[in-house]
Amino acid sequence: MSQELQEKAKELLEKGEVEQIIGYGPGTRPGTARPVFLTLPEESPCLIWTPACVHNLVVYLTRKETRGRGKVAITAKGCDVRALFVLIQEKQLRREDVYVIGLSCQGVLSKEALAGGRWELSEETMADKCKICQVRTPLEYDFLVGEKVEPRPAGVDPYAARIEELESRSSEERWEFWRRELSRCIKCYACRQACPLCYCRRCITEKSVPQWIDKSAHLRGNLAWNLIRAFHLAGRCVGCGECERACPVNIPLMLLNQKMSREVAAQFGYVAGMDYTVEPALASFDPQDRQDFIH
Amino acid sequence: MSEGEEVKGSPNVVSGGQSWEPKITAFVCNWCTYAGADLAGTSRLRYRPQVRVIKLPCTGRIDPLFILKAFERGADGILVSGCHPGDCHYTSGNYHARRRFATFRKLLEFLGIDLRRVQFSWVSAAEGGKWAQLVDEVTQRIWELGPFEGYRRLDD
Repeated sequence: MSQELQEKAKELLEKGEVEQIIGYGPGTRPGTARPVFLTLPEESPCLIWTPACVHNLVVYLTRKETRGRGKVAITAKGCDVRALFVLIQEKQLRREDVYVIGLSCQGVLSKEALAGGRWELSEETMADKCKICQVRTPLEYDFLVGEKVEPRPAGVDPYAARIEELESRSSEERWEFWRRELSRCIKCYACRQACPLCYCRRCITEKSVPQWIDKSAHLRGNLAWNLIRAFHLAGRCVGCGECERACPVNIPLMLLNQKMSREVAAQFGYVAGMDYTVEPALASFDPQDRQDFIH
Repeated sequence: MSEGEEVKGSPNVVSGGQSWEPKITAFVCNWCTYAGADLAGTSRLRYRPQVRVIKLPCTGRIDPLFILKAFERGADGILVSGCHPGDCHYTSGNYHARRRFATFRKLLEFLGIDLRRVQFSWVSAAEGGKWAQLVDEVTQRIWELGPFEGYRRLDD
């Protein structure tokens, strides 16, 4: 598949259809992958597509280093394309600004598998997010690398069990759980940097007059930061899992994001990143929305 | 409540022997609930004094971060109130707010904050009586729940 990808990339750059290609190249450690930015056709042989290509490259589309440099082509898995859809919905870019090289995907490696150097994709080494993936063939693309993949048969949902387990506990126990998990946060903001939907030029956490979120890595600020980020992603998060993968202290951020996604789906029947022509759930309303919690 | 009436609820004493009374932060919209609270005042209605009212242009202006911040700063309960659906001064601020709060409260619950501490309501400019009753109810409930220890314990 890498060869098919390289040929297409070469052609796109040669014909001048795009100015730049954002894709995956071999990482410094054998077996790994890293983002690469190509501008010359002769650079195309460095492109790869393997289960180690975990990054969501859509994050680079809103960066100032990419913007205004002509049309960009991006290699994108199904989950990455969903993030792209949200960016289009939120008017951060137009569909025609991006050439999508879709990657048909059987799943990518989990953080643990990558750390342990296990490069073979199996049920055991697959990232949790891939086990509930509905978009193994991207929803939209200008060119598809590989054959279309059948949707994954319904299997065990790794998040559902964890959410249910946590919800079965008392509120004090839940507070203790998050207190313990979030106490590790060092406020490195890797979650934000890796997230394609955290594109604000000025993040709320950087606003200091007034200081909304305590900057020190104390639990008070850690709670505020992680909660507000989870809320800002509610109804927007596409579950690409990049925040959790980027987190150096293994905070289960996907647990928060998945909980919110499911809540938005249950309440408003909306799943983020499936259709860019509709209004996002939390940017719209229905006069008939339920309000049994309002007295 | 009439003058001189004792406040019902659990004894206002917390561990350490210090006396406690609930702190309730109310985020209200300028056009309906604030005017409703004003009406309660000009009508000389009595209600519990443990509520701190913060006026905002609209419920749509209430960032969920305000609620977190209030808890951080020692609130034991939160009251959020604005115009009834269809009555928003800005036509749709409260509809947007409703979706936001419906989602946010689920996040708070998942985090482990007892949702009985966060009350959402619609109080119009004509509902001075409803405002007084609402504040009494919320205060009573928070009194029964006791202090919100979640954030206080973070410094331990």
